Amino acid sequence: MDLLAFFNWCYATPLAATIRESSWMFPVIEAVHLLGFGLTLGAVLMTELRLLGFGIDRQPLHKLAANAQPWLLGGITVMFASGIPLFISESMKAYYSFAFWVKMASLVMVLIYTFTLRRRITRTDSILDRPRLSRAMALMSLTLWFGVAWGGRWIGFS
Amino acid sequence: MSFLAFFSWLGDTDWSSGLHGSQYAYSIIESLHVWTLALFFGTVAMFDLRLLGLSMRNVPVSEVVDRLLPWTIAAFAIMVVTGSLLFFAIPLRSFQNIFFRTKMLLLIAAALNIWLFHARIYPGIATWDSAARPPRRVRLAGGISLALWTCIIICGRMIAYNWFDCDRQPQADIINFLTSCAGAASDLASLGGN
Repeated sequence: MDLLAFFNWCYATPLAATIRESSWMFPVIEAVHLLGFGLTLGAVLMTELRLLGFGIDRQPLHKLAANAQPWLLGGITVMFASGIPLFISESMKAYYSFAFWVKMASLVMVLIYTFTLRRRITRTDSILDRPRLSRAMALMSLTLWFGVAWGGRWIGFS
Repeated sequence: MSFLAFFSWLGDTDWSSGLHGSQYAYSIIESLHVWTLALFFGTVAMFDLRLLGLSMRNVPVSEVVDRLLPWTIAAFAIMVVTGSLLFFAIPLRSFQNIFFRTKMLLLIAAALNIWLFHARIYPGIATWDSAARPPRRVRLAGGISLALWTCIIICGRMIAYNWFDCDRQPQADIINFLTSCAGAASDLASLGGN
C-alpha cells in the first residue's frame, strides 16, 4: 500500500468522518493537542535550558531529566492521542500540505533524538563538561521542536 | 463613543484591514503567538507542578522561580504583543466573540491568582521552600493556576470558530446578550459605523 492509499484509507475511517461532521470535535481535540505540546515543551525545557546554561543548576542534570521524564512522556502521549484523530480527519489535506511534511520530518527526527542520544546524555552529567557540545545538543532539540510547532500551526493556514 | 463603535472604526482603519488581509503577516504573528504560548504554558506547568509537589520535589521552589520565571515573563510579553496585534486585525468580531470575552475574564482571574500568590503566599516561602510537598494553600495556588491557564488556552483556540458570531442567527437570547449582538446593528448604524 502506498502512502497516498494509506492517507485515503485514514480519511475514510468512521472516526475521521465523525470528526469531520461534528462542528466542535476538531476544535476541542486541537485545543488538547496544543496543551499537550505545551506540556511536552515545558518538560523538554527543564533539561534543555540547563544544557544551554540557563536552567536550574543546583540539581544534577540526570535528576532534572528523571523528574521531567514522566511529564515528557505524558505530553507526547497526549499529543499522539489527539494528533492521530486530527490527522485522519484531514489526512488528504495533510498529504498535499508542505507544512505537514515539515512537521512530520521534524517530529521523526526529534523523537529519535529524544529517545536515543538525549536519553543517553541526560543519564549522567558528563556532557556539562563540554559546554559547546551540550549547547549544540539543546539547540538542535529546540529547533526541531520549533519545526514541529511551526509546521503544525501552518497546516491550518494552507 | 461605545466600545462597539470604537472597534468598528478601528477595524476600518488601513492598518487593521491591511494586517487582516495580509498574506503572511497575520499567519506569522499567530504562529509566534502559539509558539510563545507553548513556551509560557510549558514553564508555568513545570512551576505549578512543583508547587503541587508533583515534580522536581527535591529542587527548592525559589530555585525554580529564579530559573524559570524570566522565560515565563518573556514569553508572556511576546504573547501580549502578538495577541494585541491579532485583536487589532479583527477588533469588532473579537470583541463580540464569546470565547474572547471568557478568555479576558479568565486572564483577570489568573492575574488575581498571581497577585495573591506573590502578596500572600510567597513572602512566607522560607518555611516551605524545600518541602517536597508544599502546604495546602501553596498547592491550591498551583492547581488554580494550572486550571486557569488550561481554560484560557482552550478559550483562545475557540475564538477562531464562529458558532456564536452575530451574523449567525438565530442564537439564544442569552448568547446575543453575552456577545452584545442584540441591538448591535442599530447601535452602530445610529453612530454612523458599520
